[in-house]
Amino acid sequence: MENLTTQMAGVPLNHYIYLCAIIFTIGVIGVLTRRNAIVIFMSVELMLNAVNLLLTAFSVHSNDPSGQVFVFFIMTLAAAEVAVGLAIIVMVYRSTKSIDINVLNRLKW
Amino acid sequence: MTDEETNKTNNKLMSTQVFYFVATLSIIFSLMVIFAKNPIHSVLYLILTFFTFTVHYVLLNAQFLAVVNFIVYMGAIMVLFLFVLMLLNLNKETEPVKSPLIKIVGVIAGCCLVVTLVGSFKAASINSPLILKNQGLGLVENLGKELFGPFLLPFELSSLLLLAAMVGAVLLSKRDEVEA
Repeated sequence: MENLTTQMAGVPLNHYIYLCAIIFTIGVIGVLTRRNAIVIFMSVELMLNAVNLLLTAFSVHSNDPSGQVFVFFIMTLAAAEVAVGLAIIVMVYRSTKSIDINVLNRLKW
Repeated sequence: MTDEETNKTNNKLMSTQVFYFVATLSIIFSLMVIFAKNPIHSVLYLILTFFTFTVHYVLLNAQFLAVVNFIVYMGAIMVLFLFVLMLLNLNKETEPVKSPLIKIVGVIAGCCLVVTLVGSFKAASINSPLILKNQGLGLVENLGKELFGPFLLPFELSSLLLLAAMVGAVLLSKRDEVEA
């Protein structure tokens, strides 16, 4: 383990950027193509995680612990967001008997 | 080349290979999250995705974040998702489906986004290898000094955020007792 992390020097930073861009995009595609509100929430989680990983990579790259503190705050925010969001979804399900977001299009006006 | 140096290059090669392997796994699992028909399967694939992210954190020597990711995401948030899914009694049959046109348009829009992002990052051309200068960067000691030093106010404010979220969640999911 000690050796593995000591030698973590080979991966270029832009490969981390590409990985995070791809995973963020997968999250965006999930939000665009799914109608189940809970799966949309999971896609948002994926996007948050991609950003977290990129922040950590940059923090290691520039040798600055602030990036990892930001990740910690984003995790706090994600936990709060999921709690409130899932409560809203449960409430919507109680009143409409469905979690299809198209049912909610009457909120548009 | 001495024996130790060959050992070091071997280790370096191995850890980069671990990175590429885990990166492939995380892309595959996150695709499965999006394309699984059954929402329960989506949650389970999301747990696997988060596990691969934990491995990424360990590879970056961010051990505190790895542990927090493991506990908060894979523990708390995923349990919340699973509980709500099981509470709502969702399965394949009740899963709403979007028309194929919307799906194709969504995938094309996503591909445009990834092409734009990758193109702009290529133009920035940051390809210096990631070097861990400070071994203790991601350890609790280092992060704690940062968290309780310059970031003390945001840290205290986040407790307020969590309290607000807790009150909001309880208030929202409580049944209306006006009609009863």
